[in-house]
Amino acid sequence: MSDSTVNTNGDYVNFYQYKGKHSGILGWLLSVDHKRIGLLYLGSMVLFFLVGMTLGFFMRLEMWNPGQDVMGPQTYNALFTLHGIIMIFLVIIPGIPAGFGNFFLPIQIGAEDVSFPRLNLLSWYLYTIGGLLAVASLFLSGGPIDTGWTFYAPYSLRTGTEVIMPLMAAFILGFSSILTGVNFVTTVHRLRAPGMTFFKMPLFIWALYSTAWIQIIGTPIIGITILLVIVERLFGVGLFDPAMGGDPILFQHLFWIYSHPAVYIMILPAMGVVSEIIPTFSRKTIFGYGAIAVSSIAIAFVGTLVWGHHMFTSGMSDESRWVYSFLTFIVALPSGVKIFNWVATMYKGSIKAETPFLYVMAFIFLFSIGGLTGLVLGSLATDVHLHDTYFVVAHFHYVMFGGTIFIFFAALHYWFPKMFGKMYNTKIANIALAIMVVGFNMLYFTFFILGYLGMPRRYYDYLPEFQGMHQFATVGSWVLIAGILLMFTNLFLGLKNGKKAGNNPWGGMTLEWTVPSPPPLLNFKKIPTVKYGPYEYEHYDEVTKNVN
Amino acid sequence: MFETASDYAQNVDFVMLLIVGISVVLLLGITIAMIYFVIRYSRKRNPVAKQIHGHVLLEIIWIVIPTIIVMIMFWYGYEGYQRLRADSEGAYEVKVFSFMWGWNFEYPNGKKTDTLYIPLSQKTKLVMTSRDVLHSLYIPAFRLKEDLIAGKSTFIVLEPSKTGSFDIACAEYCGLNHSRMYTKLHVLEDSEFDKWLKIGMPDEEIKDETETDTPQDSVKAEVLAK
Repeated sequence: MSDSTVNTNGDYVNFYQYKGKHSGILGWLLSVDHKRIGLLYLGSMVLFFLVGMTLGFFMRLEMWNPGQDVMGPQTYNALFTLHGIIMIFLVIIPGIPAGFGNFFLPIQIGAEDVSFPRLNLLSWYLYTIGGLLAVASLFLSGGPIDTGWTFYAPYSLRTGTEVIMPLMAAFILGFSSILTGVNFVTTVHRLRAPGMTFFKMPLFIWALYSTAWIQIIGTPIIGITILLVIVERLFGVGLFDPAMGGDPILFQHLFWIYSHPAVYIMILPAMGVVSEIIPTFSRKTIFGYGAIAVSSIAIAFVGTLVWGHHMFTSGMSDESRWVYSFLTFIVALPSGVKIFNWVATMYKGSIKAETPFLYVMAFIFLFSIGGLTGLVLGSLATDVHLHDTYFVVAHFHYVMFGGTIFIFFAALHYWFPKMFGKMYNTKIANIALAIMVVGFNMLYFTFFILGYLGMPRRYYDYLPEFQGMHQFATVGSWVLIAGILLMFTNLFLGLKNGKKAGNNPWGGMTLEWTVPSPPPLLNFKKIPTVKYGPYEYEHYDEVTKNVN
Repeated sequence: MFETASDYAQNVDFVMLLIVGISVVLLLGITIAMIYFVIRYSRKRNPVAKQIHGHVLLEIIWIVIPTIIVMIMFWYGYEGYQRLRADSEGAYEVKVFSFMWGWNFEYPNGKKTDTLYIPLSQKTKLVMTSRDVLHSLYIPAFRLKEDLIAGKSTFIVLEPSKTGSFDIACAEYCGLNHSRMYTKLHVLEDSEFDKWLKIGMPDEEIKDETETDTPQDSVKAEVLAK
C-alpha cells in the first residue's frame, strides 16, 4: 500500500485534513483511501440519480395526454431506455455497495482499508468511464439507444440507433462491479479485526459479502452476452437474430441469468442497512441474527435459479414456466423471514424514531407491497395477464425505488454525521420523507391499477380511458420530485452549515461509531479486538466507553 | 374488476383476488405491528430495551406458514393456466403474423384480415409467428398474452364465454409504433361467424404487410427496409 500507510500527523487528523502525496482535486482523484473512493462514488451516483429522475419527469409529462405532448415517440423510447440504463447500471447496482460499502465495510470489520486499495480506485475509474460512455452515446449520429434497458434481440440487432457504445458502457461497468466484488470478498475473509468471527460481523457486512459473490459469479455472463450482441451487430454472426439462424430466446435466458440475480445485488445491501438501523434506534439486539445472515445467502443462492419468471410469455416450454413459477415462490420466503425479524426486533425495544428509522419504516411498508405484488407476478395465471404491463413497472419501482433507493436515502441520513462530522436539520428531513411517500404512492400505486386494466408498458400512446389515471400519476411524480429535491437541499445545507455532530449521535454499537467523525485516515488508533456480537446492547457501555 | 370475456379470465381474477387478499392481510399485519411497537416501545415509555436474541419456534412458524401460503398461491396460478394450454385439441386454428407495426390473421379457408374474428362456442387456437422482431399478442379481456417470434411458432388458446369486441395490444416492445399496434378481436355467434367466413364483411379490408404505412420520420424504418 502506498500513501495510505503513511502515518497521520497526530491521531485526530481526519481523512479530509490529511495531506498525502497529492492535494486538491488530485488528492481525491488519485486517492486510494476507501473513504474518499466511497465519497467519489456517492457523489457520482447522486448526480446520475438526478439525471435519471429528470428523464422520468419528462416521461410522465409526455403521458399527460394520449398522443404527442412534449416529444415524439422516438424521443420517448430513448428516454425510457436511458432512464432504465442510468438508474439500474449507474445508480442502483453500484449504489449501496460501492458508495456506503466502500466507506463502511473496512471500518465495520475493524480494518484500515480494503484488501486492494488500488484496484478499488480502478473500479471507480471504470465506473466513471462507463458512465461517460453512456452519456457520450447520446451525441453520436445514430441517435440515442431505443431498445429498452433489456436490449432484447432481434430489435437491438436491427435498430438504427447507437447500441454498441451504451453496450460497451454496460460491459465496462460490469468490470467495475466484478472488481469491487473481488475486493470485498477478500477483505471480509482476510482483514477482519481479531475476535470478529463471521457470526460476529454486522449484518451489513453479511449483505455486502453475499452481494459480492453474486457480482463475481453473475456479472461475467452479462459481459459475454453483451459482447455477443456487439459481435452480431458488427460482423453479422447469427447468434440471436432468427433471420440469420439465431435464437432470440437464448438472448433472454443469457440476459436474465445475470439480470435476475442483479435484482438481489440491488436489494441485499439495502437489507443490510436496514439490519443496522433498526437495532441502533431500538437499542436492542437484532432478532434472529443467524436467520437474517443465512437468509442473505439463501436469497443469493436461490435467486440464481429463478430468472425464467421474466419469460413466462416468451415462448419457452410450458414445463419451464411452472418450474420457474415454483422456484420464484420459494425465493420469496427468505425475504419474508427478514421482514418478520426486523419487526420482531422492535418488540420491547426502546425506540427513538429519528429520521433514518422513519425511512426504514417507509421502506418496510413500500418494500412489502413490492414483495407481495411479486407473488402476483410469480403466479403463472396472473403473470401472463400482467407481464409487460404497468403492473410490472409498479412492482419493480416499489422494490427498487421504495426498497433500494429509499434505503440509499436512509443510509445517507444514518451515516451523514459519521461521514461529514456534521448534522442536517432532522425536522425538514422528516417532512421531505413524508412528501416523498405521498408522491411515491400517488405515482406508482396508480400503475398497479393501470396495469391490471391492461395498460402495456413502454407505450408512447395510450387508450383514452386511461387518461385520468395517467394524469393522477403525473401529479404524483411532481410531488415525489418536490420531496426528493427538498431532501437533497436539506442535506446540502447540513453539509455547508450543519451543527457539529458527535462521534456517536444515534447510539450505535458497530465499530464505525467507536471512531471519530469524520474518521482518521486509517480509521482506528489501534485495531480493536472484538468481544461481542454487533448489536449486543447489554454490552453497550463497555463497547462504547472510549467514544467521546 | 374490468371486463372478462372467458371463464378462464374469471379464474385469473379469482387467483388475483386470492393472492391480493392474503397479501393485504400480511401487509396490514406487518404495518400495524410495526407502528404499534414504535408507539408502545418508544424510548419515553420504555427507556430500557429487553434484549431478545431470537426465538427458534417463532422462526420455524414464520417459515412454515408462509411456505404453505405460497404453495397455495403457486397451485392456483399454475392449475388453470396449464389446463387451458394443455387442452387445445380440435380447436379452430387461426394463423397469426405480427410485423412492425401490425397484425395479419389467416383463417383455414385462406381468408386474411387485420382484425381477429373467432366463433363463440368453439375453442380457437392462435398459432403465431413474427415476421421481424419480437411482438406479443395481448388480449386484456381474456387475460392472455404470448410472444411472437420469427422462425418459431407459439400459441394462445381462446375459449370465449360471450360475444363482443375486445382490444388486442402489442405487449413486447418493438420500436417506434409499438403503442399503435392496437387491433380488435370480434367474438361472433357461430352462425354469424360462418356467414362472415364465407362472404366476408363488407367493410373488411385486407391489409398486407407491404401496404402498411411506414412513418416518415423513422430512421429505423429505413434501416429495417434494407
